Amino acid sequence: MYRSLFPRDLFAEMDRLTRDMHSAFDVTPAIRGFARGGFPALNVGNTPAAVEVYAFAPGIDPAKVEVHLDRGVLTISGERARAAAPADEKTTLHVNERFDGRFRRVISLPDDIDPNGVSADYRDGVLHVSVKRRESAQPRRIEVQ
Amino acid sequence: MSNNVATPPAEAAAARQEPSLLPPVDVIEDAAGITLYADLPGVPKDKLNLRVEGDTLSIDAEVALPVPQGMEPTHAEVQLARYRRAFTLSKELDPGKVAADLSNGVLRVRIPKAEHAQPRRIQIQVN
Repeated sequence: MYRSLFPRDLFAEMDRLTRDMHSAFDVTPAIRGFARGGFPALNVGNTPAAVEVYAFAPGIDPAKVEVHLDRGVLTISGERARAAAPADEKTTLHVNERFDGRFRRVISLPDDIDPNGVSADYRDGVLHVSVKRRESAQPRRIEVQ
Repeated sequence: MSNNVATPPAEAAAARQEPSLLPPVDVIEDAAGITLYADLPGVPKDKLNLRVEGDTLSIDAEVALPVPQGMEPTHAEVQLARYRRAFTLSKELDPGKVAADLSNGVLRVRIPKAEHAQPRRIQIQVN
């Protein structure tokens, strides 16, 4: 159990709560750190024929996104420019919540994927990477003679 | 952009209670108006509903992702398919001249300041 030096410190209490939550729900965290959060947000799904990865990365130039597949590890990296014009003395940035700068997210894919069957498209701010599974891994109906 | 007065209040209240994602925004003010950027990934143009009602600017958008049939989600960081956020406009802004465009999942809204609120240099009289 983690204990803080100042027991009534609200931020320390929140930190302790976060640690407790992680130890309660995430018994063995992945070796690449926290699975959630960061930019872009990722949704992953499986079909019998492919693994589908959706990266929610609005406002990026698709030509500048790098999608790499190396030994079953898929890496999506790139950079998002600031939308705000360079501040002069007459512009004020009131709210700044959107991500800017370089990003990189890494996920490991199942063992049965086909490294040559990767396709990626970018639409409405979502990067969709589809990785095909190997033919031999796909379910087949066996004819009874 | 429409001032939709036809929506009954009960329906509007029900819509507000439905869980939704809060899209991140940037708000930049310059001498002539305010520019708002909102991240709405996965939203096509026809699923975006941007409205000005009185002094409230509201963004209501639905995610439409073409997903292959029979896909089983294994990891989901985006678990809701709706974005919703509202802002109160201040008096010096002109709600009648709001311009918006959506490209690559980023909504850009430009709200100019009303004529009378444009900056003027005030001459100081010295007697």
